[in-house]
Amino acid sequence: MTDTHPVLELRNVNKSFGPIDVLHDISLKVKAGEVLCLLGDNGAGKSTLIKTLAGVHKPTTGEIWMDGGRVSFDRPKDAADRGIATVHQFGGTFPLMTIGRSFFVGVEPTKGWGPFKIFDRKKANAVAVKAVQSFGITRIDDGDRLIGGLSGGERQSLAIARAVHFGARVLILDEPTAALGVKQASHVLRIVLEAKKRGIAVIFITHQVTHAMAVGDHFAVLIRGALAANFMRGEKSREEITDLMAGGEALADLDAYMESHDGHAPDLVS
Amino acid sequence: MNSLSFGSLARRPEAGSIVSLLLVVAFFVIFGGVQIDRFLGAASWVNLAANLGIVALPVGLLMIAGELDISIGAMIPAGSMSVAIVSGYYGLPIELGIAVALGLGVIVGLINGLLTIKTSVPSLIITLGSLVAMQGLVLAGSVLLTGSAGVALKAPEWAKFLFGHFFGGSYQVLILWWLALTAIYVFFIHFSRFGNWIFAMGGDKDSARNAGIPTDRMTILLFVLSSTSASFVGMCGAILFNSAQVSGGMNYIFNTIVSVVVGGVLLTGGFGSIVGIFFGAITFAVVTQGIYFTDIDRNWSSLIIGVMLLLAVLMNNSFRQFALNYAPRKKK
Repeated sequence: MTDTHPVLELRNVNKSFGPIDVLHDISLKVKAGEVLCLLGDNGAGKSTLIKTLAGVHKPTTGEIWMDGGRVSFDRPKDAADRGIATVHQFGGTFPLMTIGRSFFVGVEPTKGWGPFKIFDRKKANAVAVKAVQSFGITRIDDGDRLIGGLSGGERQSLAIARAVHFGARVLILDEPTAALGVKQASHVLRIVLEAKKRGIAVIFITHQVTHAMAVGDHFAVLIRGALAANFMRGEKSREEITDLMAGGEALADLDAYMESHDGHAPDLVS
Repeated sequence: MNSLSFGSLARRPEAGSIVSLLLVVAFFVIFGGVQIDRFLGAASWVNLAANLGIVALPVGLLMIAGELDISIGAMIPAGSMSVAIVSGYYGLPIELGIAVALGLGVIVGLINGLLTIKTSVPSLIITLGSLVAMQGLVLAGSVLLTGSAGVALKAPEWAKFLFGHFFGGSYQVLILWWLALTAIYVFFIHFSRFGNWIFAMGGDKDSARNAGIPTDRMTILLFVLSSTSASFVGMCGAILFNSAQVSGGMNYIFNTIVSVVVGGVLLTGGFGSIVGIFFGAITFAVVTQGIYFTDIDRNWSSLIIGVMLLLAVLMNNSFRQFALNYAPRKKK
């Protein structure tokens, strides 16, 4: 059916804010069941790219295609309705709400009739716990716990489980592992793989090359708003990717500097 | 909700307010020589709690949603003056007076709400502006229309019965309104889905909007609710006491905020409960009115309120921490 078409495709997308060009001629595709890792240093235009995908910004020029048809997002809701879900670094959830309540914010299950519809807490809790447990996070077993009491990894997992539960087809993960410890990060990576197995197209934004290499099928490196590299799994080594991200020369310069100065800090007066 | 163990009670937002209330009553009984039976049946604190509570509930909801409304301080005299001017001074039907009083509340609420969602100015500043503006409008309008700052009002029997009479001696009918409104709020906030929206808005407005919650409409609705409630309380006061004054109402600002905060609502939003605000108003009223039943000089009541507020906030912080750390099974 849609096997031949990528779920989401960018064709020659440019984005500028007034006189400042942020994205230059970006073309990217992501297929169902594929993890696209978007790598780039701070300020490379990753957030602008995500926001363009999520309907926050409209491309200045260029096209967005989904399932072989051209689409245009005027609002974030348009993208969400098409199954594009963004999960932010801290999960984008509400620390002082319970798991069940925050899972269903905006789409609360109710029971009863007429004006006396009441929030179905039992059902909400059960569905939320089941959704997150199906991703292998079995430590979450009480929907009455507050989000703020979960670990960072658990929050991310919950947010991903929520997006998938509500029918996300493209999952944009914005630096999901950046603030996490090693163990927590590995939980989140496992969940990324689980989402992939369920046929979801995942766009994984990170600057941690190790995390990207662990789950990615397809890699794109963004430097100053342009695609510096676009390659498949196994085509480049870790060092090559790191070099690419840092702009290559920058790290080589640093190596040379460290050798010539025995690792001392540079003089402040220059 | 859960099994009613001590633990599940202590994790609820209202835990702090109930503890403060018990502490205050115990303090009065032990150090003030209060006779508990006479005290519990006293109308004075119930009346105050009802007046305060009707305003504190919507103000607390705004605070849960991450906003603040201090213009209620001007809306109370605005409500009482408008009903008194329309129906007392001009002798028009009381229905019209009531409609003007409540309509004024709706309009000011709409203005507050619209300004809050259209600008990025904090609602504290916006409602500070409308507070001062309404004060000026009410004073100048009253002097312009009636030539004085106080107006008498003679309300018909049915209006008195509904909004302003004493039952059982000296209990204001407003108490029944307060109880009914509290029950309605409890349903909408804790049982219907709207409550979830308000908590989500206070937790993270952008995420709430992205989740499809009509945050703008909800914000406006809450502002309309709070200024209309304030105007309603003012209106009932005018009908009860057969007169209205331009002054007064200002101390409601701090009193409601104290009630709401003692009631366990987080100032930055996202946490709180209707039952907590309910008990917060009671606690406040018990301190200010209950002190007359004690041997303690009433001048101390502000000190007690201040200390109680600080204690309640500290308590609420630890109760909230307790709730956050709650896990069903012990991990270690």
